[in-house]
Amino acid sequence: MSDESTELLDSVETPGGAEIPVNAEIPLSKALNAGLRKALGDDKRVLLMGEDIGPLGGVFRVTEGLQAEFGSSRVFDTPLAESGIVGTAIGLAMRGYRPVCEIQFDGFIFPAFDQITTQLAKMTNRHEGQVQMPVVIRVPYGGHIGAVEHHQESPEAYFAHTPGLRVVSPSTPNDAYWMIQEAIASNDPVMFFEPKSRYWNKGPVDLSSSAVPLHSSRVVRTGTEVTLVGHGAMVTVLLQAAELAAAEGTSVEVIDLRSISPIDYSPIIESVQKTGRLVVASEAPGFVSVSSEIAATVTERAFYSLEAPVLRVAAFDAPFPPAKLETSYLPDADRVLDAVDRALAY
Amino acid sequence: MAEAAPTVQLLSPDGVLQSDATAEQYRPYIDALSDEQLRQFHRDMVVTRRFDLEATNLQRQGQLALWPPSHGQEAAQVGSARAMRHQDHVFPSYREHAVAMIRGVDVVDIVRLMRGVTHGGWNPAERGNFHLYTLVLGSQALHAAGYAMGITFDGIATGDPETDEAVVVYFGDGATSQGDVSEALVFAASFQAPQVFFLQNNHWAISVPVSVQSRTPLYLRAGGFGIPGIQIDGNDVLASYAVTRKNLDEARAGDGPRMIEALTYRIGAHTTSDDPTKYRLSHELESWIARDPIVRYEAWLRSRGEGDAFFAETATEAEDFAADLRKRTLELTVPSTDRIFDHVYSESHPVMDGQKQWLADYEASLGAEG
Repeated sequence: MSDESTELLDSVETPGGAEIPVNAEIPLSKALNAGLRKALGDDKRVLLMGEDIGPLGGVFRVTEGLQAEFGSSRVFDTPLAESGIVGTAIGLAMRGYRPVCEIQFDGFIFPAFDQITTQLAKMTNRHEGQVQMPVVIRVPYGGHIGAVEHHQESPEAYFAHTPGLRVVSPSTPNDAYWMIQEAIASNDPVMFFEPKSRYWNKGPVDLSSSAVPLHSSRVVRTGTEVTLVGHGAMVTVLLQAAELAAAEGTSVEVIDLRSISPIDYSPIIESVQKTGRLVVASEAPGFVSVSSEIAATVTERAFYSLEAPVLRVAAFDAPFPPAKLETSYLPDADRVLDAVDRALAY
Repeated sequence: MAEAAPTVQLLSPDGVLQSDATAEQYRPYIDALSDEQLRQFHRDMVVTRRFDLEATNLQRQGQLALWPPSHGQEAAQVGSARAMRHQDHVFPSYREHAVAMIRGVDVVDIVRLMRGVTHGGWNPAERGNFHLYTLVLGSQALHAAGYAMGITFDGIATGDPETDEAVVVYFGDGATSQGDVSEALVFAASFQAPQVFFLQNNHWAISVPVSVQSRTPLYLRAGGFGIPGIQIDGNDVLASYAVTRKNLDEARAGDGPRMIEALTYRIGAHTTSDDPTKYRLSHELESWIARDPIVRYEAWLRSRGEGDAFFAETATEAEDFAADLRKRTLELTVPSTDRIFDHVYSESHPVMDGQKQWLADYEASLGAEG
């Protein structure tokens, strides 16, 4: 038996994560990189673990330069086994670490589903509060990138359905920078869904402070006639729809959900009390979805404010199709506007 | 690495100390034990068998939802548990009652789990680092591997076995088919984690024989992961102690993970919900009863001059332990409904807060009407 092994380039000379220049606009992926770098620098218990996150910096380069800066015992490549990544992260958290796991793509999370839902989510409850699980699971998710099967899905509802998990998704570089740090600071497990189609979109990052707490939704465009709610990459679609609606004389309010579990309903209820109409949009299939949950809850809490039924705009209840068909599968601004028109017609 | 090796046995089934080359290799570990330590092995096994019977009876009497008996597996558990050092961590499956007791878990806390008043019951940090029972097979192997990786990352080992830490994970022959066990072996090997995989091969996964799980002796699988594997007579408490002691100290010294396969037998049912007469042949059961771990060890202790008084005293101790367990089981109370909501999250959560309040209001409204 040969005992030779491939020499690892864990001391390769690559620059560390770059400082963010003040007032510069940076892509969402770089904002995440900067947030992770800050968390690693602030707390030695923070670890990054996952497939290809070391010298390569992750397939989306979100962890680029971090192994070179913090070393291969803080930022390390794991064997290619998602259940193993999450299962060992649980043990590391018991040891006092704060692991941040990268799952390479949305569709690859299911081998880890058991460890996430059966173990990670229940561990604090099982210990009656005597053991905490500060584990973050980063998941690049969603479509619009023309990729092959299992690389464009939106599985967040499975995790929002699971008690014990917190589920969030940033839509802007500023939120990405702050929310990843807040997720790492949480003593509960956080599913951190990153809208991969937005990785390369630039925006400003306010380095002075986070504008709002982690689990808060936020009005990102004010309007008076219809309320639109969504998260992640869908927020961009909703803002496009609002712009088009404005050109046609309709005033639309847009709310970025940011937190999928728990959901911060106050801005949504307040908005619906003003507009009387709500459209909830997502890239995930609509059946038993986050959108369904919001529709039911708003109906319960703001029934007398509603002028129309809450409408959902979602992907179809079919598997994510071959990429050449994704523009027909995913809701776009026109499909959102169609729902806006239907809501106004009541 | 994956070549067959002799099964380690220090005591024959009739209680005679073995003197073959393999046994001689482990003899120093036994010679280093005091008479009192050797007597303690016996006490541990006898007390475990007695409270295990008591818990089985409590289930039959409707006091517990379930009980997974450990009858027959006492030597594998007691020897390996006594081989650990105080700083070691243990990740059990759900039948490791003797290990739990030895590490300092109050056995009534296991009963609470099986009675339906808790999902956990203890804080590992306050109970000899004995982590919670894990009911989904093999899941804990990964938690143990991650914990052991953390020990390596800490980088605080000094080379002193009295303080350097290691991790033991218990699992069974059925669990070896779970992907998580294989992944744990991969992770532990890749990170050279200080971990001993202690496999109790009791030959049956509920009704399915080990031949359905593996067509190769399970200890040989370890070699495929780059991990040394060794097979022991799991009904020999001295073999379990000596081999675990050696392998744990090698793991804590930085030599990487180890796997021990203890050949034993589940004399009782899988759990109190099971009926092994539907799938097991009585002559197989009888052949294993003839290899009983306690009978064997008592014969050896007597051959060394241990007298009737000690065995009578141990039997009384076991009876008292069982009676106390029964008394305290019947005194267990049902937790308040706050238990449903508290600790789902470690930090404030609006949904839990709201639903807890709702239930309180709802129950108050029933009281007001009633």
